[in-house]
Amino acid sequence: MSLLEVKNLQVAYGGIQAVKGIDFHIDQGELVTLIGANGAGKTTTLKTLIGMVKPSGGSITYDGKLNGTIPSYDYVRHGLVMVPEGRGIFSKLTVEENLQMGAYYRNDKAAIQSEIERVYELFPRLKERFKQLAGTLSGGEQQMVAMGRAMLSKPKLLLLDEPSMGLAPIIVEKIFEIIQMIAKEGVTMLLVEQNAKLALEVSQRGYVMESGRITMGGPARELLDDERVRNAYLGE
Amino acid sequence: MDIFIQQILNGLVLGSIYALIALGYTMVYGIMGLINFAHGEVVMFGAMVCITVVSTLTHSGVNLPGWAIVLIGTLVAIPACALLGFVIERVAYRPLRGAQRLAPLITAIGLSITLQQVAILIWGRNYIPFPDLLNSDTVSIMGASITKLQVMIVVLCVVLMTGLLVIVEKTKLGRAMRATSQNPSVAGLMGVNVNTIISATFMLGSALGAIAGVMVATNYSQAHYYMGFMIGLKAFTAAVLGGIGNLGGAVAGGILLGIIESLGAGYIGQLTGGFLGSNYQDIFAFMVLILVLIFRPSGLLGEKMADRA
Repeated sequence: MSLLEVKNLQVAYGGIQAVKGIDFHIDQGELVTLIGANGAGKTTTLKTLIGMVKPSGGSITYDGKLNGTIPSYDYVRHGLVMVPEGRGIFSKLTVEENLQMGAYYRNDKAAIQSEIERVYELFPRLKERFKQLAGTLSGGEQQMVAMGRAMLSKPKLLLLDEPSMGLAPIIVEKIFEIIQMIAKEGVTMLLVEQNAKLALEVSQRGYVMESGRITMGGPARELLDDERVRNAYLGE
Repeated sequence: MDIFIQQILNGLVLGSIYALIALGYTMVYGIMGLINFAHGEVVMFGAMVCITVVSTLTHSGVNLPGWAIVLIGTLVAIPACALLGFVIERVAYRPLRGAQRLAPLITAIGLSITLQQVAILIWGRNYIPFPDLLNSDTVSIMGASITKLQVMIVVLCVVLMTGLLVIVEKTKLGRAMRATSQNPSVAGLMGVNVNTIISATFMLGSALGAIAGVMVATNYSQAHYYMGFMIGLKAFTAAVLGGIGNLGGAVAGGILLGIIESLGAGYIGQLTGGFLGSNYQDIFAFMVLILVLIFRPSGLLGEKMADRA
């Protein structure tokens, strides 16, 4: 059975139908990407999955449970975690406090501390700046904080919204390395990206979203070779 | 010179009370961007509840020392006001979350009037005397005199403000409060129940307000249904002076305002050649408010808005 099963999902934002009935699924352990142009409905889809936006129709089944039956702040307790668009770090909290917020729902203090140390090993830059206010960090460092914070939430399904947005190419590479590393640890991921080439290269499967609909889906390799995808999203 | 030191001491007492109340305004503002103008009425309820308990105990003839009776009254007033703060948020502000800014502001003013009327129904329109239970001995510091009660007020304020800062800066609840104030939807993603945090903020601020109310009532030996209005406005001024949303700012603003007001009251007669008396002391607080709003709207310790990355 799939970890996430989305059926005929529809979302309306103040009269505008942003998502017009989409179906997709993510299996345990997969890294799946959702690509598409600005305004295609990708972020809205993620926000609906995590409970920040209410769907107007259709169903979302996560881990065998129908979403919408628990309050959205409890999703994280079930392993559904999101790194929001624009990173969503708490700029007036220190780096360390941001990481601690990721573990807010947990009470195993010793384990939390050792996982924070592990995040510092992954991102030595954060260790140097652990007492600094997160708002004073560069965009790339902030993205590291956001990813580290998400790891402390112990995700089963991690939703990543545009992790490469606004970052220098060298930082983007680093972020994608981390994404692959998290995937190797068995965390299932849904990656929303405008950088379609990079996203498809690290993913097993992909979906293409266009004005609120999923128009294509399949193994990432095939999408990378697809004529239409190449023309529309890979700039070739 | 004597009058100078005397007024500084008076200002310190007044200012610590302002600071305690200002914290309630600033905490709520910090977390939801709302001026809870009914906070002054919470202070008044604190004073009234305490007086009721204290009077009842005194009349029942229990054999307890005065300070113990006042302590019991305060310990009843704290949860009563915390509950009031909880109800205020739940009934008046939560339904307006996400509404335009003006709607909760008008509601706050309406609520303030409503609570005054409720207080009239319960306690009447007259001044209620605070039973004479506390030691009114004075101590003298550099030629100025201050009552032991006032020393106690200042010390207690310092302890409470330190305690609050520790809660906000060092505990998990405080971290969640700060995270919620910066970005409630992301805090929600981390598993923070934003409603619980907001309720906790209101209750904490109201509990401090209750204690401030008792302090005002003991210091002036009376309470009145309208007492929350002026002191609330002054504390709000203090919060704006310090930089609203900033806890340290509320404390600094409160103490500074208390001292400005006291010095102003002490010297206004000389300054105006006897034309205005110390009963005009209120003008100083509002002059400060106007000057701050003109020259430094973000307050002394406030930061510029729109810093979100």
